[in-house]
Amino acid sequence: MSAAADYVLEAQQVHKRFGDLEVLKGIDVRVRRGSVACILGPSGSGKSTFLRSINHLEKIDSGRIFVNGHLLGYRFGDGKLYELREREICTQRAATAMVFQQFNLFRHKTAIENVVEAPIFVRGIPKAQAYEEGRQLLADVGLSSHERHYPSQLSGGQQQRVAIARALAMRPQLMLFDEPTSALDPELVGEVLEVMRKLADSGMTMVVVTHEVGFAREVADQVIFMDGGVVAEEGTPAEVLGAPKNQRTKDFLRHVL
Amino acid sequence: MSGWSHVTDPVATRSVPDVPPEDARAGAHIPLDAPVVAPRHWGRIAFAAVAVALLALVVVTLAGGQIQWSSVPGYFVDPRILEGVVGTLILTVAAMALGIVVGVIVAVMRSSSNPVLKSIAVGYVWLFRAVPTLVQLLLWFNFALLLPEISVPGVFSADTNTIMTPFLAALLGLGLSEGAYMAEIVRGGIEGIDRGQVEAAKSLGMSAGKTMRRIILPQATRLVVPPTGNEAISMLKYTSLAFVISYSELLSQGKKIFQINFEVLEVLFACSLWYLVLVTILSLGQRELERSLARGQGLGEVRAARRRRSTGEKGDR
Repeated sequence: MSAAADYVLEAQQVHKRFGDLEVLKGIDVRVRRGSVACILGPSGSGKSTFLRSINHLEKIDSGRIFVNGHLLGYRFGDGKLYELREREICTQRAATAMVFQQFNLFRHKTAIENVVEAPIFVRGIPKAQAYEEGRQLLADVGLSSHERHYPSQLSGGQQQRVAIARALAMRPQLMLFDEPTSALDPELVGEVLEVMRKLADSGMTMVVVTHEVGFAREVADQVIFMDGGVVAEEGTPAEVLGAPKNQRTKDFLRHVL
Repeated sequence: MSGWSHVTDPVATRSVPDVPPEDARAGAHIPLDAPVVAPRHWGRIAFAAVAVALLALVVVTLAGGQIQWSSVPGYFVDPRILEGVVGTLILTVAAMALGIVVGVIVAVMRSSSNPVLKSIAVGYVWLFRAVPTLVQLLLWFNFALLLPEISVPGVFSADTNTIMTPFLAALLGLGLSEGAYMAEIVRGGIEGIDRGQVEAAKSLGMSAGKTMRRIILPQATRLVVPPTGNEAISMLKYTSLAFVISYSELLSQGKKIFQINFEVLEVLFACSLWYLVLVTILSLGQRELERSLARGQGLGEVRAARRRRSTGEKGDR
């Protein structure tokens, strides 16, 4: 447990295929508590699939994923892996939170209702407390004045900030970001990255799939470059972005910079 | 650049501009306040005249037919007919309510991951859509032939014929077949919800049941309401089928009158007038509902907007 406690995420030899297409060919990744890992790579490299498998939105074919030292999706006993029941998987999911490219705010709920939904109905905390916490979270992302707005009345950047507040309301141990700024108009990217930067400074463990090389350079503790379903290169931003060794990393960085 | 010359070359395609060559501004000879004259649609006028003439011919012919037009208004407000109107409305509401409840349950079963529940849902829709509604009414009405007595051992027991009143038979026949149609409508609504909504709910740790109740169904409502309005209008007319099992709706109440005095057409016209009135009211209600739904993203938003309007608060966008 002592070693596991240092790492919030530990993925070992993760394989995943869709039909004939093998999208993950043995991913090994470890993310330390309180650190930020950015996953870069060309589209189709499997980075989103890997991120989604950490939240059990994709079921992996082989390998192990540990979140906070807990094996994801299975219980190990007398030499066998027993698949967990839906209720147990829900409990595991609640420990990680996901921010999506398309925000995916609940369209029939206001900003504050989006934030308090899961705390009330999954964490089971009292309504008044959930609203109090929710208002604080909306204030943290700079949207106090928009709590009664519906998603359709908010800009993309505002929606994504509400989505971050909604994810944080579950008090996750690990925040997953799936290209959080890719669907935004260029002038709205900054406000979302700013919130993510603040979150990183507060000590949240984050795994971010992104094309924002600048963000990775400034905020990440660890940069993972994926290509063709494998981790092609891994290290500190200075190592991977500053002096890439792998030819594919060099090609990719030349194209995005 | 040269490859596009066939598009950009003005000589071949453009007509001569409406401007004297020595004048620099186009259309300088056209005053800005020149009056506009619309073209005459002679064909349109001719067709309209023919259509009006034919319509007048039909009206005149019907007016001179073998029918006492003057007795139609009397039947329109006849207490027996009014009782039929009430019967029709009660059956419409009850059968629609049953149909919606059954439809939602079957649609949720259909989208469940349990293969047995899924098959039952598919089978239900198949069966109740295939057998004509009129036949279903007669089957329920004659249920006593199948089971003369309905009983839960030790709790209760009764003669089927006393339980299976015309109303209950009509309710089951209309409501259960409506359930099959509603199931397809609700399924369309469920499948119309963006996958991302489900993934967001899952990622927050919500179970499949909670996701369905709290996220999917409330949003599906917006897609389901307009076709449900159409179904309610159809149902109002389908209740006339209950005439064959003597439930006291509009048509069978009318039959009670014309069986005695043989003023068949007069009574039927009075009934038709009532159907016209009721369907018109429902249509107007449906249009208003759809309009309010179209304004916002969902019912919640409509309610919020109404709340804002009533409290005089302005939405800051």
